[in-house]
Amino acid sequence: MTAETLFPLVPWVVLIPLAGILINLLAGRALGERGVGLVASLAALGSFAVSVLLAVGLAQQPEGQSLLLARWMSIGSLNVDWAFRVDTLSVTMMLVVSGVGTLIHIYSIGYMHDDTRHNGDPARFRRFFLYLNLFIAAMMVLVSADNYLMMFVGWEGVGLCSYLLIGFWFEKGEAGLGNARAAKKAFVVNRIGDLGFLIAMFTMFWAFGSLSFGEVLPRAAEAAPAVLLAITLFFLLAVTGKSAQLPLFTWLPDAMAGPTPVSALIHAATMVTAGVYLVARSLPIFAAAPAAQSAVLWVGALTALFAATIAVAQTDIKRVLAFSTISQLGFMVAAVGMGAVVAGMFHLITHAFFKALLFLGAGSVILGMERGHERHAQAHDGHHGGFDPQDMRFMGGLRSRMPVTFWVYLIGGLALAGVAPLSGFFSKDEILAAAEQVSPAVFVVLLIAALLTAFYVARQLALVFFGQGRSEAARAATESSPVITVPLGILAALAAVGGALNLPGSHLLGDWLHHTVEPLVEAGFNPLTAGIALVIALAGLGLGWLLYGRSPLTRAEEPDPLAVRLKGLFTWLRRKWYVDEIYNALFVTPYTRLSQMLAGPVDQGLIDGVVNGAGGMARLLGNLGRSLQNGYVRSYALIMLVGVALIFTFLLAR
Amino acid sequence: MNLSNNPLLWVTFLPLAGALLVALLPDARRSWIRWTAMAAALATFAASLWLLAGFDPSSGQMQMVIQVPWLRVAGISIDFALGVDGITLLMVLLTAFLVPLAMLSAWSGVRERVKGFMILFLLLETGLIGVFLALDLVLFYIFWEFTLVPMYFLIGLWGYSRRIYAALKFFIFTMFGSLLMLLAIIFMGLQAGTFNYTDLLAQRELFAGAQLWLFFAFALAFAIKVPMFPLHTWLPDAHVEAPTAGSVILAGIMLKMGAYGFLRYNLPLFPEATLRAAPWLAGLAVVGILYGAATAFAQKDAKRLVAYSSVSHLGFVMLGIFALTQQSVAGGVLQMVNHGLSTGALFLVVGMLYERRHTRDMAAYGGIWKVVPVLGALMLAVVLSSAALPGTNGFVGEFTILLGSFGAPALGTPWFAGLATVGVILAAVYLLHLYERLFLGPLTHEENRQMPDLNLREVLILVPILVMVFWIGLYPQPFLDLINPSVETLLQSVLPAAVAMH
Repeated sequence: MTAETLFPLVPWVVLIPLAGILINLLAGRALGERGVGLVASLAALGSFAVSVLLAVGLAQQPEGQSLLLARWMSIGSLNVDWAFRVDTLSVTMMLVVSGVGTLIHIYSIGYMHDDTRHNGDPARFRRFFLYLNLFIAAMMVLVSADNYLMMFVGWEGVGLCSYLLIGFWFEKGEAGLGNARAAKKAFVVNRIGDLGFLIAMFTMFWAFGSLSFGEVLPRAAEAAPAVLLAITLFFLLAVTGKSAQLPLFTWLPDAMAGPTPVSALIHAATMVTAGVYLVARSLPIFAAAPAAQSAVLWVGALTALFAATIAVAQTDIKRVLAFSTISQLGFMVAAVGMGAVVAGMFHLITHAFFKALLFLGAGSVILGMERGHERHAQAHDGHHGGFDPQDMRFMGGLRSRMPVTFWVYLIGGLALAGVAPLSGFFSKDEILAAAEQVSPAVFVVLLIAALLTAFYVARQLALVFFGQGRSEAARAATESSPVITVPLGILAALAAVGGALNLPGSHLLGDWLHHTVEPLVEAGFNPLTAGIALVIALAGLGLGWLLYGRSPLTRAEEPDPLAVRLKGLFTWLRRKWYVDEIYNALFVTPYTRLSQMLAGPVDQGLIDGVVNGAGGMARLLGNLGRSLQNGYVRSYALIMLVGVALIFTFLLAR
Repeated sequence: MNLSNNPLLWVTFLPLAGALLVALLPDARRSWIRWTAMAAALATFAASLWLLAGFDPSSGQMQMVIQVPWLRVAGISIDFALGVDGITLLMVLLTAFLVPLAMLSAWSGVRERVKGFMILFLLLETGLIGVFLALDLVLFYIFWEFTLVPMYFLIGLWGYSRRIYAALKFFIFTMFGSLLMLLAIIFMGLQAGTFNYTDLLAQRELFAGAQLWLFFAFALAFAIKVPMFPLHTWLPDAHVEAPTAGSVILAGIMLKMGAYGFLRYNLPLFPEATLRAAPWLAGLAVVGILYGAATAFAQKDAKRLVAYSSVSHLGFVMLGIFALTQQSVAGGVLQMVNHGLSTGALFLVVGMLYERRHTRDMAAYGGIWKVVPVLGALMLAVVLSSAALPGTNGFVGEFTILLGSFGAPALGTPWFAGLATVGVILAAVYLLHLYERLFLGPLTHEENRQMPDLNLREVLILVPILVMVFWIGLYPQPFLDLINPSVETLLQSVLPAAVAMH
């Protein structure tokens, strides 16, 4: 097999998942749950297999190739194609998306079997897998596109899947509308980011006459600085939307309303990293706009810190992970902002492993809690009101009840905290080493974020797995089935050894990506930085253990030890610095009021009032005219007389 | 010239012939009436495809032109002149495509006076197609005014509670706009000694001195029809009161008459005035985009929401037209088609809901996706196409409009397109709000629990539209190939004037 025969397979990374949708759509009812899950998983696996073949082709011909599928739209000088880009950067993303995606598909067979029953609608099982395959297809469009417009199709396509999957249980959530609202929020906030993407493309078209990577990127430096700044800053807006950075991160925590596999796949491992990919892909443009680079860098660094502060105070097992994801995305965005593309992509990959693992582990915990709750409820006749299987305050002691889940979760947690030799240690260290070269201030900010990361990892591990169960559900929880634990095991292995991708000295990933992007900052392994990072990680873990692990909570009602120490500040952290409230007051409420005012007083009152007023005026004049036409000859004669008199006066007076 | 094998005549007058045929049928034979009318509408669609087959897409000129002297008034000849270019062709195809679907939606919606309804509907189709094909200004005006009559009765007789008010408002509003246009047409005819469009275009220098006024007279008529802010208030009333089929045609095609009028008459006949007015009209268009989106969001009545969304969507079309670049105008033409499909489908779905629950109040729904999954899924696709999700038709249209307008020399600043892009966000807000209120959340009304899902007829109405939605979204090139040469020709006749002006 040569590159020439392998590269043309690339459309199949999209087409195979689409075929999976088609089969399940037409024959899903006949196939049954197992069949549907199998078809969907095979579709994801097929996409992965094609990605592997593409990687094999790239091993022979690392510079890659662009492949035209069809002309999409052509108007005057605007020419956009459905064209695929096979190079080391895009194929790396394809491997991550379809690889992690396949594992999550398999996991979902088990998870959604239970979840659809807990939520009382097993018929929705098939719909879940339709959406999941659609997501893989859209994500593949995003990463395999050869031009920005096609990338945008994937970009908004994954947004649609995110909308559908957050709102999967659209009749659930707060007041029955919580999930639907969370879905809408995600879509709308992402659209704000998409505005940036669109305007960046408009600017690019009028500056370069093209939207294709091959034509724009090599000529990036030719454009005027102001144009480049506009393009990059608008792209940054898009990044903050899709990758949940400041100031548009608010949708991601709410997105946890989606089933847990969705949180793992879309809202941790793949979709949210699209912003990182966008910057990495557009690096030549960013490189030519230093001001935008520092903007990206600081957005990433501040988000990393900001989200980490919130994560330490959350009680929902998935929300901790959500804020952790925002924070880790901040690390990646900071990395690509510095131009340390390899470090950013490296962390993207290891994060996909360990964060998918953590979310799926959390899903296993949630299922365990639900099973425990049901067993207890059956034994004691009837449900407790207000049971929340995701609230860590009701957990505890799950280490012994769910040993497999515990061990994999521990590996994921330590990888996230950056403990050597797990994957997260190496990738995070590369980012830190690069930051240390580029900006000491950013380096410090990221170190503090890393400290907080290790702290909330320890807090979560202690609250969930250690101590005694703080609810009947936790005490009766049971381990999940192999369809769930096997993918967890695989991900745990990847999270443990994923660092091998770019070990100091080997630089496998670095050399691989060099064929496509030339990093601006080459972050070598720095033993001192690595030592500092490791000490920081262990310090954070130790601090967390001191507070939560040494004398574990015994009752769910007990106050959080951190709350006792931080007092008022803790409330700010738990309420996410009130950002949602601020946005509501600044944007949502005023817009709602404005639209009501426009629809009511302005439209119906003023504008339509003028219209109806004009109509009324016509009627008034008509009535006036009619009163003159009264049929009496004498009044006509009088009017004539007056008229003649007026005309004469006028003529004489001239 | 053998007229009998010119598809233009067939496509224009087949509906009229159908109407006559229906008139001969006995009132009580409702299904004969329906099927005869449907046969006429389908035959018209077939004729439109024949027209397409005979059309040469490589040329941007008027084709298959029919021109026969018709009347002489004050020594000036009025011709019966028809012709088609790529822009016209798409409008005719859209009309011939939507009419049978709208008719099918009236299968159950209209149970009384079926005969009258179908006759008016077919008469309306002849009028609409005539408006697009006419190449003589008097003939155009006759078709233009003629469309008012059947629509007036469709709203006034088959509409809902405030139908008389709405029908009258619709009639007087548009009539008022057309009067100035009539004066302008007469003025131009007297100046040039002809009403023939092609001749007038060739002699446009004759009335170049008065072109600002002439532009305004035409623009007023067309802007009311589009409708552009602030001349839009007839639209929500007309839509809310019109029967579903009427709304589909009103939004899907009649509004396009306005945008089409701008393209066909204002731009090429009054090029300098066009350039002067471009920033103003583009500005109004942008206001319309944002204003329509904001007002749509505040509506409680689903049909009113869709009506205001039209104000917003047509704003994009107008922006595209007056940005005067190849991409923006071509996008505008495509968006005219897109709006016809997407908004037509939105009205169809709202109509289907109305038939089930007899209310358009969004509060009466909620959570019904569970009960009507097929309708829920199809509506979602329609909503997304209206929200211009990439992969659907709406995106191709809005993207090319905005891209073309962004650097448009005629506008001179990217701000128009930039602000208009905000409309893309606001569209997501009101459309997802609509979808949420109707389909998501818990089922709040017990009476909705028994709501039947779509029947085969209803699926057959929506599926062809959705096929077009994705076709245009994924592979719009065949449509753009029809549009591009005509837009090029059009802009070539406008833009040299720009050089002359500066």
